[in-house]
Amino acid sequence: MIGRIEFDIAHALSASVLLLSFALLYQRRVSGVIEAFALQAVAVAAAAAWQAFTQDAPHLYITALIALLFKAMVIPIALSRIVRKLGMHKTIETVLGVNLALLAGVGLVALSILLVFPATSVAAVLTRENLALALSIVLLGLLMMITRRNAVTQVIGFMSLENGLVLAAVGVKGMPLVVEMSIAFSVLIAFLVFGMFIFRIRERFDTLDLQYLEAFRGDHQSERS
Amino acid sequence: MTQIVAILIIPLVAALVLAALPWHRFAAWLNALASFSTFLAASSLLYARPEATILLFIDDFNVYLVVLTTFVAFTTSWFSASYIEHEVEIKRLTPASLRFYHAMYQVLTFAMLLALVANNIGLMWVGVEAATLTTVVMVGLYRTRESLEAAWKYFILGSVGIALALFGTMLVYLAAQSVMGEGVEALAWTGLQARAASFDPALLNLAFVFLLVGYGTKVGLAPLHAWLPDAHAEGPTPISAVLSGLLLNVALYALLRYKMILAGNEGAITPGPLMLAMGTSSLLLAGLMLYRRRDIKRMFAYSSIEHMGIIAFTFGIGGPLANFAGLLHMALHSLTKSAIFFAVGHISQVKGSQKLADMGGLTTSHPALGWGFVLGVLSIAGLPPMGLFMSEFLVVTSAMARQPWLAVPLVAGLALAFGALVLRLQQVAFGAPRGQSAPISASLVPLYLHLGMVFVAGLWLPRPLVVWFQNVASLLGG
Repeated sequence: MIGRIEFDIAHALSASVLLLSFALLYQRRVSGVIEAFALQAVAVAAAAAWQAFTQDAPHLYITALIALLFKAMVIPIALSRIVRKLGMHKTIETVLGVNLALLAGVGLVALSILLVFPATSVAAVLTRENLALALSIVLLGLLMMITRRNAVTQVIGFMSLENGLVLAAVGVKGMPLVVEMSIAFSVLIAFLVFGMFIFRIRERFDTLDLQYLEAFRGDHQSERS
Repeated sequence: MTQIVAILIIPLVAALVLAALPWHRFAAWLNALASFSTFLAASSLLYARPEATILLFIDDFNVYLVVLTTFVAFTTSWFSASYIEHEVEIKRLTPASLRFYHAMYQVLTFAMLLALVANNIGLMWVGVEAATLTTVVMVGLYRTRESLEAAWKYFILGSVGIALALFGTMLVYLAAQSVMGEGVEALAWTGLQARAASFDPALLNLAFVFLLVGYGTKVGLAPLHAWLPDAHAEGPTPISAVLSGLLLNVALYALLRYKMILAGNEGAITPGPLMLAMGTSSLLLAGLMLYRRRDIKRMFAYSSIEHMGIIAFTFGIGGPLANFAGLLHMALHSLTKSAIFFAVGHISQVKGSQKLADMGGLTTSHPALGWGFVLGVLSIAGLPPMGLFMSEFLVVTSAMARQPWLAVPLVAGLALAFGALVLRLQQVAFGAPRGQSAPISASLVPLYLHLGMVFVAGLWLPRPLVVWFQNVASLLGG
């Protein structure tokens, strides 16, 4: 298996997606997060296209194209517009410090390798390593959603989680419904971004910082009003 | 085959028509009519069961859930027709948003039925996702700050849940692929269940953890329940009834299907302890939380968490008797909780408020509604002779038989919830009438219809239902 150029390239592309997940974790500015995410989407598109080529599965090119057009271009542009229009904070409040978040991220990568490797002894080597990388990206996305207070970065955290899912799906040979799945997720993400637009238009929220959302927990709100 | 296609096509066509119809009074009844036709089409499945295809199928497990879902969807649309008109009169909703509401109601029915009849784990996932999206927009229907916040919270948590469920789905495919080969066959329930014994157990275990967390979020199991009370309290009441009565069951159905696959594989872990832990924590947490509620809809949302906890606990115990009790409890909770939300909807319209402090003496001021509410609450609290007493009794007995100490947290949780419900019931239903008191023009038939069925189920169950439950219970394993 080792030394075959297809595997090396596939690994390199998946690993660069993982690296960009870490890049997402240490950005302190909203614009930086959006740029890092756009780069990650490009890397996912490249990984999907490479899998389409090596597996001889032309439908995966559609997945790659969706990632490239929708997630690397349309969504980042829309999000930067939202940030500018709303005059949101340029820096991000984090629950954990950046160093601690990175440390936790390393721990999660180790965890996913420990989880996936013993479980997938029967699967092909490529699938196995790809799956471990994908799971790390999913967990890092979750970590980002937990440690960031800002709604835009939460949405980006969700999308990078979804990048991990796409990576896992294209890596499993012959997986049906990959294209349908990436379309379904695009719809979901479009809903999310559209929802943020709605909030702005209605001017119901003073800010998109979710910290304020948390005032609404249990009955407290309805008790006051 | 045509029957299965019919129950999917009717809601879709109805959604398109309702999206185009400008007359909201008429649309409300058309919505009910469409739901009734879907129910009729689903009932035909009871008599003739179509052959399974690669995408859709009906078996002993989903047939009763399909009929139950279409039935509750029909009665809820009936209730909604009399309820939602009032919301327009008091200007909480505009005719335009009502058009959207009716179309979405049918899309939701479609999505839930798709998840139930799908013979494909990918298609089922799509159904659950679509149902989540439609309920998100329905929860935000009132466009108030609180409802938008509830919708956002539900959206974020629900999305993470279904994303994790998808990862689990892919792992199951990976386990199946090495045995069954590539392609759609390796995603079909019928195939998966037949070949489950030869799958790689380690991969199945990993998959189940993701599926449990993912679909468990949608079921509302603690500690993943945070979205549930807000979504129930801030959306329109018919949607609360459908959420509690149907959507939670659909997510649970998905989880149980996977449990069957694990049960068919000798090397895989038994999911029992995981489900027991989540069930117990949901039951105890919700039991405690019930005491501090000030909002009536939020209170019954916690009661739904409690019951989902009981059901997860029951399937966690496993074995034919407990599984039987769990299936019965799913059906009866669905009927009872939607009946309670019908009553709660009318009560909050009569009182012009959802706050418990504004309510009192309902049995005096509105006897029919008040006593319906009393019956509903006593039934959900598990008093005989209502059906939920039967299923809870079976749960406690099977817990005792399996592991006597398991019954301790269960009985404690049940007693906690019972106390809270009776406390609130006294306040709302008895004593001197309090708060504002408008006359009701709404139909109470759906409420009493559901309660009547739960009452009958407490005394007698139809023979075919018992046979289905027994068949499914044996497949669900220990």
